Amino acid sequence: MLESAITWWTFFKISINERLVYRADFMLGTLMRFLPTLTQIFLWWAIYDVISSPGSADSTTGPDGDIAGFKYGDMVAYYLLVIISRAFSSMPGLTGGIANQIRNGEVKKFLIQPVDMQGCLLMQRIAHKLVYYLVATLPFALVFFLCRGFFVNGWPAADVLIVFFLSLALSFLLGFFLETCIGLIGFWFLEVTSLTFIYMLMNFLLSGHMFPLELLPSEPVNIRAWVEFLPFQFLAYFPAAVFLGKIEGAEMYRGLISEVAWVLFFVVLSRVLWWKGIKRYSGFGG
Amino acid sequence: MSFRTNFILQCLSSMAWAGMNWGLFKIIYVHTGEIGRGTGWHENEFFIFLGTIWVINSLIQTVFMANAEEFSELIRTGGLDFALLKPIDTQFLISFPRINWSQVPNGILGILLIIHSMQKLMQEKELYFSVFSVPVFVFYVICGAMVMYSVMICLASTSIWFGRNQNLYDFWFYITNFYRYPMEIYQRNGIGMALWGTFTFLIPILVVSNIPARILAQPLGTPWKAWEWGLAGYAVLGSVWSLWASRWVFRRALMSYRSASS
Repeated sequence: MLESAITWWTFFKISINERLVYRADFMLGTLMRFLPTLTQIFLWWAIYDVISSPGSADSTTGPDGDIAGFKYGDMVAYYLLVIISRAFSSMPGLTGGIANQIRNGEVKKFLIQPVDMQGCLLMQRIAHKLVYYLVATLPFALVFFLCRGFFVNGWPAADVLIVFFLSLALSFLLGFFLETCIGLIGFWFLEVTSLTFIYMLMNFLLSGHMFPLELLPSEPVNIRAWVEFLPFQFLAYFPAAVFLGKIEGAEMYRGLISEVAWVLFFVVLSRVLWWKGIKRYSGFGG
Repeated sequence: MSFRTNFILQCLSSMAWAGMNWGLFKIIYVHTGEIGRGTGWHENEFFIFLGTIWVINSLIQTVFMANAEEFSELIRTGGLDFALLKPIDTQFLISFPRINWSQVPNGILGILLIIHSMQKLMQEKELYFSVFSVPVFVFYVICGAMVMYSVMICLASTSIWFGRNQNLYDFWFYITNFYRYPMEIYQRNGIGMALWGTFTFLIPILVVSNIPARILAQPLGTPWKAWEWGLAGYAVLGSVWSLWASRWVFRRALMSYRSASS
């Protein structure tokens, strides 16, 4: 028990150090992340300005127009919150990494060593994310302080905040196990680039990364209704909508429960894929 | 063309991103008639703007993007030594060797979108486009490509100082973010004006997209104002200035280059 804890701790430390090698690259990347938000602020002002009554534009709350239940402040706040959701749920390079290890035979080491592949990858991710939050907290705090005016309703109630943080933690797990599953399909397809590509498109559109899901058209196909049955919304939309009070009360808890269910589903699925996968795996290369 | 599936996937990928961008604005225009009060960027005008962006993007990504990434990699691995030794201009050598054909369909899509939107404009507003606007448009698109090339060379050069610039694509995306929208949206308050000034005069990427799009979308019927003429003249100046600046940054960066892994 202690030994395995030490093993995992070592993995964790290595990953943290690995992450700190290219510091300048990393810091710059964090700062740059907020540039698109800046243009969003101006773009949405220009859009809301047109649909609002003339002269209603207040320098603090913005134009008074309303798009699908979102005021100007809500809209900007939504995009800011989605950056937080994405900081938890996005897993750059995970799918491709797994598929590569399967293809070039590196995955063999997990068959020989007494180390679990998913556990090892999960440790790496947690370490990477922790370093990221460590570095990013300051710029995040600064940006949110500067943008506090957009959060028209102020801080949500304590129970909403708790659900918000829970949903963020769950979105990390969901993102991790979902993308692991796609990577593990590499046991059957070897090349998963096309799958990753479809996943990225779906994710961008249906997770609410691109715009609040309320904006999805209900004609000719009611996409909005379908999205409710997919896991994507928990990767970006759900935490942000909870924070802004767009989803509240019983509906909020129902959402949280179905997020847990999705996480469990993908944990089990990734296990099944792994066991089935290594059964049909034949090690190529030295 | 040796990885055919991969090639088709890349084509599809870039077209799908473009399509989603189009979808976003299609949805936005369900809710509003114009972006920015009184700016004249109605739906069809804006889609001409969007098409112009796609054309410029596709031009850059076809000709320069792969090479800039290659350059970053050369710095990291020390392979730049060989490029430096060759008796031709290094910037020229690293800028042009590869062409990424998979980004071409995107540009064609852009042209189709422009033509379609122009047709709709002509039907709805009974506007007529002068034949001269086409060569002028092409000229300004080329100016735009020059500016964007310069930005990219500068970005790629930073990998000499940072050790690596793995996120070249990301940086590119973040910076070009500012040129994806009509410049009017920035001209609202202090911060906006500062952004507008920076990306018009210091790094003239706003000019890149706005001038050619304006030539096709805004103009006819509404005579250009003096500042628009000024901006059009400035676009030429700006592209020369940014080319010069990129050359300067490139050379400065090369001076700090310490080979690797030898």
